[in-house]
Amino acid sequence: MLEIKNLHAKVDGNEILRGVNLTVKPGEIHAIMGPNGSGKSTLSYVLSGKEDYEITEGSITYNGEDMLELGPDERAAAGMFLAFQYPIEIPGVATMTFLKTALNAQRKARGLEEMPTPEFMKLVREKAADLNVTPEMLRRPLNVGFSGGEKKRAEILQMSLLEPTLCILDETDSGLDIDALRIVSEGVNKLRSPERSMIVITHYQRLLDHIVPDVVHVLSKGRIVKTGGKELALELEKNGYADFVDEKAA
Amino acid sequence: MVAVQETIDQVKAIDVDQYKYGFVTDIESELAPKGLNEDIIRFISAKKSEPEWMLEWRLDAFRRWKTMEEPSWARVHYPKIDFEDLHYYAAPKTAEGPKNLDEVDPILLDTYKKLGIPLSEQEILAGIAPEHRIAVDAVFDSVSVATTFKEELAKAGVIFCPISEAIRDYPDLVKQYLGTVVPVTDNFYATLNSAVFSDGSFVYIPKGVRCPMELSTYFRINEQNTGQFERTLIIADEGSYVSYLEGCTAPQRDENQLHAAVVELVALEGAEIKYSTVQNWFPGDAEGKGGIYNFVTKRGDCRGDNSKIAWTQVETGSAITWKYPSCILRGDNSVGEFYSIAISNGYQQVDSGTKMIHLGKNTSSRIISKGISAGRSQNTYRGQVSAHRKAKNARNFTQCDSLLIGDQCGAHTVPYIESKNATAVFEHEATTSKISDDQMFYCLARGLNEEEAVALIVNGFVRDVIQQLPMEFAVEAQKLIGISLEGSVG
Ligand SMILES: Nc1ncnc2c1ncn2[C@@H]1O[C@H](COP(=O)(O)OP(=O)(O)O)[C@@H](O)[C@H]1O
Ligand SMILES: [Mg+2]
Repeated sequence: MLEIKNLHAKVDGNEILRGVNLTVKPGEIHAIMGPNGSGKSTLSYVLSGKEDYEITEGSITYNGEDMLELGPDERAAAGMFLAFQYPIEIPGVATMTFLKTALNAQRKARGLEEMPTPEFMKLVREKAADLNVTPEMLRRPLNVGFSGGEKKRAEILQMSLLEPTLCILDETDSGLDIDALRIVSEGVNKLRSPERSMIVITHYQRLLDHIVPDVVHVLSKGRIVKTGGKELALELEKNGYADFVDEKAA
Repeated sequence: MVAVQETIDQVKAIDVDQYKYGFVTDIESELAPKGLNEDIIRFISAKKSEPEWMLEWRLDAFRRWKTMEEPSWARVHYPKIDFEDLHYYAAPKTAEGPKNLDEVDPILLDTYKKLGIPLSEQEILAGIAPEHRIAVDAVFDSVSVATTFKEELAKAGVIFCPISEAIRDYPDLVKQYLGTVVPVTDNFYATLNSAVFSDGSFVYIPKGVRCPMELSTYFRINEQNTGQFERTLIIADEGSYVSYLEGCTAPQRDENQLHAAVVELVALEGAEIKYSTVQNWFPGDAEGKGGIYNFVTKRGDCRGDNSKIAWTQVETGSAITWKYPSCILRGDNSVGEFYSIAISNGYQQVDSGTKMIHLGKNTSSRIISKGISAGRSQNTYRGQVSAHRKAKNARNFTQCDSLLIGDQCGAHTVPYIESKNATAVFEHEATTSKISDDQMFYCLARGLNEEEAVALIVNGFVRDVIQQLPMEFAVEAQKLIGISLEGSVG
């Protein structure tokens, strides 16, 4: 279970998160919606432990463990995964090599043996086929020259391979056409399980037609200003975020 | 920010105290008295039972060397070397006499084992499929102690032996080619080497022969205060092919050790030579003390038409590296290639690069240089590409990439381009980059620790060059990049 309490975070002296409270239980999918600049990506980075942020108040615990004590790699080993809004290029490192290095790094951190190469290859091929990731793409350097859609599929491929227990998806729908959106959503839905929690960050409602959330939150100016069921997303789609932006966060 | 800072600290800490090969073999060795004069040269020559012409050649070099001055144009700084304070000859006592493997001192064999060299023939035969076998000519300080696979190579007509042996057994070949690529007076260190060279490898591949295995020399500097002056000569006769691997390690010492080798390659018509080096000599300790001074002259001559020479090097060691493997593209349509990875860390200073001298028609050359600087090191790429008046349609492509880790190191690129033929086309691309915080965070968020992340990103950066290495070396090189950049991983 993830518990975020009164989280305040600054970057370069500006307070971006201003008291976020959020509890996500195993098996739940929470959507976080909000206008551009409201702090959605910031929240995802702070959760995964990016160093640029100063946490001035509040706490993050995951399964009872204080996440603020851990580095990003330790959080990954604890089961956290962030699908980036803007995946980073790693020149010269074949996607396949990256996947193998990441998987074995996490296995090592958990005290497991490296996965034997044949077994690994088989696993990747299966998962890649589901996401329409071609063998040719697996040979290319990770994210280098990938189209927007390819990048997002590669993120979900990593997620399905690493099998995290807490998935944070930051605008995974951006840059996807309707077919790609369906493929990616199916990939995500396959990972739904009673043990796994997800935080789905999105600007648009359409993703939530495919990945149906249990709870929807609206983030505005660094605070969650409204929480509701999946129908809240439809309401936002109709009325826009104007209500929340004007509200000056009560 | 903090993440990257920590990585920098780790990289700084890797230091070289971790130098994996820093052990000293306890074996009595025979030393020439310190200093350099004609008597020492006579001593070296006599030790090797050399013919008179060889002694004369050495003495002539020595007389010229005395009139020369140490070059100072490279971007390296070091205390003045006292050439009188060095031993110019050191041989393990037990290594004299016939050099069949059974007679090699077990302590030496043990040293090679520590270095990971499959010297013993049985080991090699047991472990490696015939097509992957490597013939090893191991140089232990100044004397080649054992050569494996000689007989099988002999069947193919290939000569692979210590150069001291070649001087006695194949004087005509040696006389015909020695000093024809790197003239005696080429430069200060090459001239010194010509006077005092102790041993090294000799290779001759006859016409039309594809050498049946990779040839390999492992260099190791053991004796304190010795200069190591190898001399290697490789001749690929018409239409032949050879791939030669050179690996180097040296034990950890407080004092700096001097190394000044000369390597000459000759490719005759239609011949191809591939020369690969993995060098991880002791780079000095965390304070910059000790380490190898490496002043090397390596040059290949594409003497015949349609010949090809490719240098591939992975340099991770030495306190100071001064090294420019070059190609003289004399034959028409000849091809020269230079692929380099140079990693500097701690207080290392690297000034390395290549020269491509286009003399013949339709000659082409390709340079891919990857420099990685970390710690407080300085890494300079110095490359010269020139086209002679007659070098019609000469082509060069140079790609020179630098990667900086941390902000206390430096990377410098110094290209010299000179064309006397209007049809020549030279292209030069250079980039300098850093491992970005975003790349680090991305890798960490996937569960890699900082060392693993740096190693992965660096291996990606050097991929184009790694792919040029023979399989055995590629694996070793990747591990070495790990060792030279990782902190705590044992
Ligand atoms: N490094 C930074 N320095 C200053 N402001 C930043 C920095 N990074 C993000 N911000 C600001 O923080 C706010 C939230 O950004 P972000 O979390 O990316 O929003 P969202 O993902 O909801 O669009 C924005 O106003 C943005 O300009
Ligand atoms: Mg965002």
